[in-house]
Amino acid sequence: MAALTAVSWSCFLTLSIGVSLLKCLLITTYHSTDFEVHRNWLAITHSLPVSQWYYEATSEWTLDYPPLFAWFEYGLSHIAKYFDKEMLVIQHLNHASPATVLFQRLSVILTDIVFIYTVRECCRCVNGRKESKELLEEPAFILAMLLLWNFGLLIIDHIHFQYNGFLFGFLLLSVARLLQNRHLEGALVFAVLLNLKHIYLYVAPAYGIYLLRSYCFTKSAPDGSVQWSSFSFTRLVALGTIVCSVFAVSFGPFITMGQLPQVLSRLFPFKRGLCHAYWAPNFWALYNAVDKALSILGLKLKLLDADGASKASMTGGLVQEFRHTVLPSVSPLTTFICTLVSITPAVLCLWRKPQGPRGFLRCLIICALGSFMFGWHVHEKAILIAILPLSLMAVDNRRDAGIFIILTTTGHLSLFPLIFTAPEQPIKILLMLLFTIYSLASLQRLFRKEGSLLSWLEAVYLTGLVPLEVFCEVVYPLTSWQQTLPFLPLLLTSVYCALGVTYSFFKLYLSMLTEPEGMQKRKDQ
Amino acid sequence: MRDWSLVSLSVLFGLTARWAVSLSSYSGAGKAPMFGDYEAQRHWQEVTYNLPVEEWYFNTSDNNLLYWGLDYPPLTAYHSLLCAHIAQLINPDWISLHTSRGYESISHKLYMRATVMAADLIVYIPAVLLYSLYFSEGSSKKKVSTMLCMLLYPGLILIDYGHFHVCFPQHWNTYNCVSLGFALWGVLGLALGWDLCGSLAFCLALNYKQMELYHALPFFCYLLGKCTREGLTGKGLTHLLKIAGTVAASFALCWLPFLADPAQALQVLRRLFPVDRGLFEDKVANTWCSLSILVKVKNLLLPQTQLRLSASHTVCVLCLQCIPIVFVSAVHPHTWLFFWLFSVHPHCLCALPVCLLISEIPFMSTWFLQVTTFSMLPLLLKDGLLLPYIVTSLAFLLISITLLSALEQTSEEDLKLKQLFTCRRKHMPWFNAPLLAKSGYILSVLCMAVLSFLSAALSPPARLPDLFPVAISLFSYVHFVGFLIYFNTIHLTELPSKKTEKKTN
Repeated sequence: MAALTAVSWSCFLTLSIGVSLLKCLLITTYHSTDFEVHRNWLAITHSLPVSQWYYEATSEWTLDYPPLFAWFEYGLSHIAKYFDKEMLVIQHLNHASPATVLFQRLSVILTDIVFIYTVRECCRCVNGRKESKELLEEPAFILAMLLLWNFGLLIIDHIHFQYNGFLFGFLLLSVARLLQNRHLEGALVFAVLLNLKHIYLYVAPAYGIYLLRSYCFTKSAPDGSVQWSSFSFTRLVALGTIVCSVFAVSFGPFITMGQLPQVLSRLFPFKRGLCHAYWAPNFWALYNAVDKALSILGLKLKLLDADGASKASMTGGLVQEFRHTVLPSVSPLTTFICTLVSITPAVLCLWRKPQGPRGFLRCLIICALGSFMFGWHVHEKAILIAILPLSLMAVDNRRDAGIFIILTTTGHLSLFPLIFTAPEQPIKILLMLLFTIYSLASLQRLFRKEGSLLSWLEAVYLTGLVPLEVFCEVVYPLTSWQQTLPFLPLLLTSVYCALGVTYSFFKLYLSMLTEPEGMQKRKDQ
Repeated sequence: MRDWSLVSLSVLFGLTARWAVSLSSYSGAGKAPMFGDYEAQRHWQEVTYNLPVEEWYFNTSDNNLLYWGLDYPPLTAYHSLLCAHIAQLINPDWISLHTSRGYESISHKLYMRATVMAADLIVYIPAVLLYSLYFSEGSSKKKVSTMLCMLLYPGLILIDYGHFHVCFPQHWNTYNCVSLGFALWGVLGLALGWDLCGSLAFCLALNYKQMELYHALPFFCYLLGKCTREGLTGKGLTHLLKIAGTVAASFALCWLPFLADPAQALQVLRRLFPVDRGLFEDKVANTWCSLSILVKVKNLLLPQTQLRLSASHTVCVLCLQCIPIVFVSAVHPHTWLFFWLFSVHPHCLCALPVCLLISEIPFMSTWFLQVTTFSMLPLLLKDGLLLPYIVTSLAFLLISITLLSALEQTSEEDLKLKQLFTCRRKHMPWFNAPLLAKSGYILSVLCMAVLSFLSAALSPPARLPDLFPVAISLFSYVHFVGFLIYFNTIHLTELPSKKTEKKTN
């Protein structure tokens, strides 16, 4: 259903050029260590033979992305040499000449073209509304705005520095292909994505089950359950061939060189702590906070031994391990099981009564959120894996729009600690306001006939973020707590946001398990 | 979508662009001994905070006027004083007498940028909001587009938030948003019919920056014309007296500390208009950039002649435009805005009135604004503002083409040239204004792009070191002459029709 007319096409172009210009303005802003990480990878792939890529360890930022991403860096490095040859020397740690910065920033901005193309494809999958005459109320337009101008992507890619736009381009492209019922293309794109960045393994169960159930089985029984006789072996073979060949291209050379264990050990480092340097607002943030509260309480009531209580601050800004005082400590295996348990019902539901591509999309978001909630060493940036696909559903119905508002606002706010330098504070706040006001106003307008998006409690909760932020950014630095409780703002922000994220997780789950049949039928029409 | 959200989004967007530009590299840094305009502003804070009012404009042992002496009207000085008081709370080192000279740090830069942003938010942006929402024409969507366009005008952003240093001492500085904002409030006051408030606001603008004198004549003529219409013997006279009283009172208020001693007031005046220092010629030559370039190229005229030439030029143009405004009655605010375009002054100051025309003649105004930004390119290059320049200009172009659909509004009706062409058509039936205008626009944008690229990427031949700046000035000059003729034409031909049309409202 092509909702893009000529007018909205030019509008889409304006939006994407506009956001690219904004990205260009951000070139001179602060960049995090990820900048050096990627510079180092450029140097590694450029100056070493393939066999050395996953062994090189001059810099602490070793190559820990899958091979296709290394090849991507290799390709970039051949353009980089025209900007500044010095950045391609491995020994030049922390090399950040203006030409290097310009090149790296431009590479992010230009590879975002993949993302822009994808957004266009996604907009085509959105049902146009017949009753709305105004372009600004067109769901496709709102979706384009929500994706292209996503606050998280802007600050992570273009201030903090990473290549997420390009990677999310692949993710959403595969989603769009599945929505368009072009399953093989979708599988191909997703296989490529997995070989670019393996964090997307979290959502792989949704892909696997959906493709198996809705593609390899050509028919469903009338009640929606599996019809075993309709299994198509050729489809399975086609799917398998595509996925395996992508993996063969990517990992094949390393398997022949016998380096697979080394590559895998680089890709999955379990040495890191339960929580990332800044707490992601997930279940473990709540868990840690409860532990902290209990230990303080225990010390007050003299139930705990003061020496035994670990005084380590969990959010000192370093990636470190942390022993819980009262509650049992968490091992990687525990988190793995928790994650698995959290996504199983959704995956099972997808298997037992697939609700078309929309059901898949919902399951994908739940997988992403589930792994975000319970995963080991989760980065707060991982919330984007849930937020971006959720945008697609937010313009589709009111309930998801409400969830979207809560999840984006809390998830985006939890990204605030990533940008901590003073000059970038106003940008961060302004962009956040821009996105939040836009999403609230436009989605509310879109579903104005169906009532308000948020219940009063949710509205109160979201409003609470404002005083919280004011306290953390303005009041807190003026108080003496800065010395005694250095982790307080991060703790407060992540715990408060974790509540919202958990709430939207459960709400999303509920909507998946109880999606009424009537709604389902309406969408199929 | 509701208007309020669009309005707030536009404002937020304007602010984001402003702050993003302000992050750009800090080029005046470390350029001892004079540093730049940034240092001038800081120095004024230092002087106004530490010295008594009587010494602000005088050369004393504590106040070396040769080192960025205060040469702006009192309101600027008060603003500096206010900023200094806040600076004192944050870090007294920033404004300590003598020792703070050339002080530079990241947090201080942030503070200075924040003061500009605050001034912008308080004075300029509300005026733009009010103007574009209540006084521009069209649907609410068009009003918001106009507002966004005005907020994103690159010239003002680059001057106020980019970092200008030793170019154009005196004339170019940060805080243009304040004086232009006050002038805009003046316009709004007159548009609402609150002449007293309008003249008060404009007096504040004048007392913030003497450059606003360029804008003063149309204000004066408009008010005079209005009073004449009411009858100079009866109601009009009282009205005139009231206005004169307001102006006198507001001036007196601003100059209060300097009025006690005539020597003080005289010294302030001398600082504002440094005729006796022989600098005047230089500065006019500087400001009249394009003209001086012509002189340089021809190498014919002496500076004195040049000054006289430029002065007489201004006066001529001014008379041409102001005579009708006094005699033609019932002038609507929109119409008299045309009068503001009276000098070949290729900068921000005349950009403001054109900004106000964006909703009426989007095509010509955006073209003009684009050229004004382009004409500043040599200075921007010197300050390392190439990237913000490119980005903001492209963004402005994008917005003017898509949101205001500037390229489509090229019919004779849209260009307000209908009257002129109806008589002309008989003689020149082949004349196709829309096509001509559109191709001219595209050609000129292309030329600007090529010239920008050349001056940024290539180094000029050794024989002609100033090749690109001269080319840019010449290019802009040609455009400005064209625009001058155009705006004068529509001003003179449109008046009668406007009059009848507006009277009915």
